[in-house]
Amino acid sequence: MSTTLDTGEEIGAWQTIRRGIEFSPELREGIGGTFAFAVLSTLGRVVVPIAVQQTLDRGLGAAGEPDLSFMGWMATLAGAAILVTAVASYFMTARLFTAAERGLATLRIKAFRHVHDLPLLTQNTERRGALVSRVTSDVDQVSQFLIFGGLIAVVSVGQIAIATVVMLFYSWQLTLVVWICFLPLFLSLRYFQRKLSAAYGIVRQQVGVMLSAISEPVVGAATVRSYAIEDRTQERIDGAIDRYKQASTKAQGLTAFSFSLGGVSAGLANAGVLIFGVLLGVDGTITAGEVLAFAFLVTLFVGPVQMGTQVLTDAQNAIAGWRRVIGILDTPADVVDPGAAGEVLPKGAVAIRFEDVTFAYPGGRPVLHDVDLDIAPNTRVAVVGETGSGKTTLAKLLTRLMDPTSGVVRLDGVDLRTVPFSSLRDRVVMVPQEGFLFDSTLRANALYGKLDATDEDIVAAATELGLADWLDTLPRGLDTPVGQRGESLSAGERQLAALIRAHLADPDLLVLDEATSAVDPALEMRIGRALERLTRGRTSVTIAHRMSTAENADEVVVVDKGRIVQRGPHAALLVEGGVYGRLHASWIAQQSLL
Amino acid sequence: MSRTRDRSSSVSAGSTLRDGFAVLGVAIRREPWIFTVSTLGSLLFGALTVADAWVLGWSTDHVVLPAFETGEVGWGGLVAVLALFLGVAILRAVGIVARRLGAGVMQYRMQAHYRRDVTRQYLRLPMSWHQKHPTGQLLSNANADVEAAWAPIAPLPMAVGTVAMMVIAVLQMLLTDLVMALVGLLVFPAVILANLVFQRLQSPLMTRAQALRAEVSEVAHESFDGAQVVKTLGREQEETERFARKAHQLRDTNIKAGHVRAFFDPALEALPNLGVLAVLAVGVQRVLHGQADPGDVVTIGYLLTIVAFPIRSLGWLLGEFPRSVVGFRRVSAVLAATGEMQYGAAAPERGRPGALLEVDDLAYRYDDGPPLLEGVTFDAEPGRTVAVVGATASGKSTLTSLLVRLVDPRDGAVRLDGTDLRALAPGALAAHVALVPQQAFLFDDTVRGNVALGADVPDEDVWAALRTAQADGFVAALPDGLDTRLGERGTSLSGGQRQRLSLARALVRRPRLLIMDDATSAVDPEVEARILAALRGTPGQEGSTVLVVAYRKATIALADQVVYLRDGRVADQGTHAELLDRSPGYAHLVNAYEVEHPDEQAEVSR
Ligand SMILES: Nc1ncnc2c1ncn2[C@@H]1O[C@H](COP(=O)(O)OP(=O)(O)OP(=O)(O)O)[C@@H](O)[C@H]1O
Ligand SMILES: Nc1ncnc2c1ncn2[C@@H]1O[C@H](COP(=O)(O)OP(=O)(O)OP(=O)(O)O)[C@@H](O)[C@H]1O
Ligand SMILES: [Mg+2]
Repeated sequence: MSTTLDTGEEIGAWQTIRRGIEFSPELREGIGGTFAFAVLSTLGRVVVPIAVQQTLDRGLGAAGEPDLSFMGWMATLAGAAILVTAVASYFMTARLFTAAERGLATLRIKAFRHVHDLPLLTQNTERRGALVSRVTSDVDQVSQFLIFGGLIAVVSVGQIAIATVVMLFYSWQLTLVVWICFLPLFLSLRYFQRKLSAAYGIVRQQVGVMLSAISEPVVGAATVRSYAIEDRTQERIDGAIDRYKQASTKAQGLTAFSFSLGGVSAGLANAGVLIFGVLLGVDGTITAGEVLAFAFLVTLFVGPVQMGTQVLTDAQNAIAGWRRVIGILDTPADVVDPGAAGEVLPKGAVAIRFEDVTFAYPGGRPVLHDVDLDIAPNTRVAVVGETGSGKTTLAKLLTRLMDPTSGVVRLDGVDLRTVPFSSLRDRVVMVPQEGFLFDSTLRANALYGKLDATDEDIVAAATELGLADWLDTLPRGLDTPVGQRGESLSAGERQLAALIRAHLADPDLLVLDEATSAVDPALEMRIGRALERLTRGRTSVTIAHRMSTAENADEVVVVDKGRIVQRGPHAALLVEGGVYGRLHASWIAQQSLL
Repeated sequence: MSRTRDRSSSVSAGSTLRDGFAVLGVAIRREPWIFTVSTLGSLLFGALTVADAWVLGWSTDHVVLPAFETGEVGWGGLVAVLALFLGVAILRAVGIVARRLGAGVMQYRMQAHYRRDVTRQYLRLPMSWHQKHPTGQLLSNANADVEAAWAPIAPLPMAVGTVAMMVIAVLQMLLTDLVMALVGLLVFPAVILANLVFQRLQSPLMTRAQALRAEVSEVAHESFDGAQVVKTLGREQEETERFARKAHQLRDTNIKAGHVRAFFDPALEALPNLGVLAVLAVGVQRVLHGQADPGDVVTIGYLLTIVAFPIRSLGWLLGEFPRSVVGFRRVSAVLAATGEMQYGAAAPERGRPGALLEVDDLAYRYDDGPPLLEGVTFDAEPGRTVAVVGATASGKSTLTSLLVRLVDPRDGAVRLDGTDLRALAPGALAAHVALVPQQAFLFDDTVRGNVALGADVPDEDVWAALRTAQADGFVAALPDGLDTRLGERGTSLSGGQRQRLSLARALVRRPRLLIMDDATSAVDPEVEARILAALRGTPGQEGSTVLVVAYRKATIALADQVVYLRDGRVADQGTHAELLDRSPGYAHLVNAYEVEHPDEQAEVSR
């Protein structure tokens, strides 16, 4: 199982662009028209200076009297060319913006969606800041390039070709000289491109690292403050900021250097043309006028070459960003949704079966060993065990947040891996250990459980759970803002909200992982009794440290060091003793006075 | 959800232009040397571009034409041509490197300065501020906004460098023919006008785009943060739609801004050319009337085309202004935020092992909430253990955050060894008091780093703390022991394991006052008893003062004193036995697990 994201390092620049365009088909839409406008505006850009120059030179310069009619024609031509250039540039740029932004929005959304499709483990290993940077700043980099870079590169190549043809018309020998002078540049471009690509890859990566470093003390603001470790935290952030700065500076240095090479080549070419022009001229192959005209042509060649190299070097940052976004899309979603091909679970209480299930976190030792477990429908199961024994892992396998390393988990006899997610999530709901809420109202959070729930549904769900009085104590009721991650509620209240959310989803199998661990005992018992009623006609698996849950369950499963060591009703296990006896005794001890 | 939306979307164009220059001024004042280097680079580049033309002229006159005339190759001349062209080219390359690298370094340094300032501010501002600003927004402030603010630095040296070129050209024009020059120079007001229109159209769009960038980042951050909930409830599609809404808004705003830009750029390019045509029109008349030479028209026409390039590079610079100003404003809003805690200078000695904690008539409410705590008064004598008991949401965690001064009370005071917490110097409180929060927060660091938190603690002490918190077993089993990296927020550990590390973190500091906010739910009761025993010291010897938020009777029973919170007040305090006796609500709360008689429920309400 891969837990790290594809860095996309293996794919080259062209491939990145090609694949990027595949992911964003909008980029191709209307590209013909855009290109036509580009050609038009390029033509205009060539015509305008020539027309202006002709007007000045021939019109005015024509022996004494200005040639008014010629000037009139030329000025009209120039004016028209200016207008055409402007209009064509407008349409070209506007269309580029539209296509690029539309294509990138699609890419952003696809990448976002894919992050959610990635297995939980991959999501957890990757830093959130880094994930966020892939759908935000990495995409922004691409947009700059697409709008200003891509087309300029294409147009530059066109201009180089045209210039070469015109030069050949004058003198093939001198053309050869020019090309030879630029050959080292063209050849070294690949080398620089690789170096730049690596350098900007590091830059983009450092952005993610930096964002993570910045987000940590924001999320952990309370811990940072209560331990007064602001200085140390700032040092860590500063380190990340500096590393980003260094990476960017290094990349910029490379960019500047490789860009400046174009100028050196141009100097070489100018000198070469004059020198060889003289040599050829002495042979009588070429006239002085031709050499000088050729020297002018070289500038037509040099301009686009420099433009092109600049675009190519600047593009590396964008391509590095693009690569990272594509890297997300290329990371396989190991826990795959079988989709329509899968087997839909029928409604009704679920039977659970673990067959020889072993699980190891990537790169770690197995934390569950050969677990075999059979749970009949309509059973209320309590899972108990010491910290780190593997209870949460068991729950995650049961809800297919992860797939077993070996063995099979079955619901109603169906291998979980063949159940479509839509059916699975509909029937199986887990309330995780940490009650995460979205920064919105209580209502909006409840709706995550059931999209079309009305306020009455929500209140009814709360009432069934015995939480109506709690809702009543909230001055703003369902409109109560819960804050980021639910932190404007107390820890217990967060769990209550998560319970309501899960209950609204009305699952056939409810998995509760310490779902009431922060709730006060009186309320917990009340919820416990309510759940007892509500889980009739369903299967429920409850992980709890408080043994009161186990006492009331139909069946207790005791996990110890990744194995199921005991199972059966509370009373029987109590007689049996063993791990359960110990856990229970310690529970009794904590409920009595020492 | 975005509570930090800008209210400044209707700024006038003039102020954008002014503010844009002001932002650049900030950068130049902060990094004058690098700015000078890159501008010199740009000037060098400009000068050598002119020199290039000169070299061409010189070579033509002194080498090429003579060679053609004489039909002989002068090798010395050819070498000179090569040397001149290469020399100029290399110097020009130096100019380019200085300009581009200088601009880059300046830009990255400014970014780094402001990222540091912004994050310092994040660390300085109070919890209440953080609760109002979503993480994604703050990330965007430190990233996209800082980047936007300093974007104009990249084209800056080029623009400044070409200004010299422009000034020379303009002077030459004026000297050549005043009337035509003035006509030509009409290009300038036209450019400024175009710019004002551009800024006016663009500023609100950019304000919106930057705000939307932050919102996109906010949704992404939150959604990835809650990925497990999204998964378990199968809400991937809805989350994607939520993200797509923001992404589409950003897209549409960017497209609108793009169209404005698409209009502005060609206009800027066309204006100098139109100027040339205007000069021609006027020039021809003047030539016909004998007021000017044709050569003057030619000169001014050429000079205007020379001016075109600086105008474009100025245009690039100005084009970045709206985004820059908006970014800078958003960053400045963070930097200007106030409300950070004021500290005194008191730094108490570590004196006796246990601290005296006095809570005096404390009152607190959250910003827009009803009063939560009122008149809370109790003491924790040195070396004693106090249990705080109360129903869910009764304000226990809020109380603990007041005790470690994460927030300041609305009324009343908390005193440590007689000193008001507000009079303590920064960091002084943490030297005596440690809080184990209800929800453990681990850093993306090693086990050692998470426990020691940068303090200079020998490994034996770390292990000792881990042992007491019952975390030594699983830490020893980790692949690299103390050096194992835990991943962001400690995701590679189980919930209970995280809690134990968070406990060890507090224990290793040997605090004189330890506050545990329901922090031992995943720890076996014997362990808890051991922790408390270890902290209490041996009989006859005073230990640390301990305050625990707890429900477990065994824990409560270890306390010398119980404070029962109800409806924001201390409903009762005394020993566990006393409270059981006289407070039915208390008895109901802590006895809930023991007896399960449904009729008891009616007896007392929460
Ligand atoms: N940041 C906040 N903004 C607004 N209200 C808050 C905030 N934090 C907590 N509250 C409210 O204050 C009340 C008390 O919360 P607190 O966390 O102090 O309770 P608690 O006694 O610790 O509860 P629990 O036992 O569930 O942990 C709750 O009603 C909660 O909604
Ligand atoms: N993402 C992960 N990567 C590597 N190891 C992990 C990961 N998550 C959990 N573990 C390890 O797997 C083991 C079992 O963890 P699990 O969360 O299942 O325990 P648990 O029984 O639920 O504990 P608790 O009662 O503390 O919640 C632990 O040793 C833990 O360190
Ligand atoms: Mg609390």
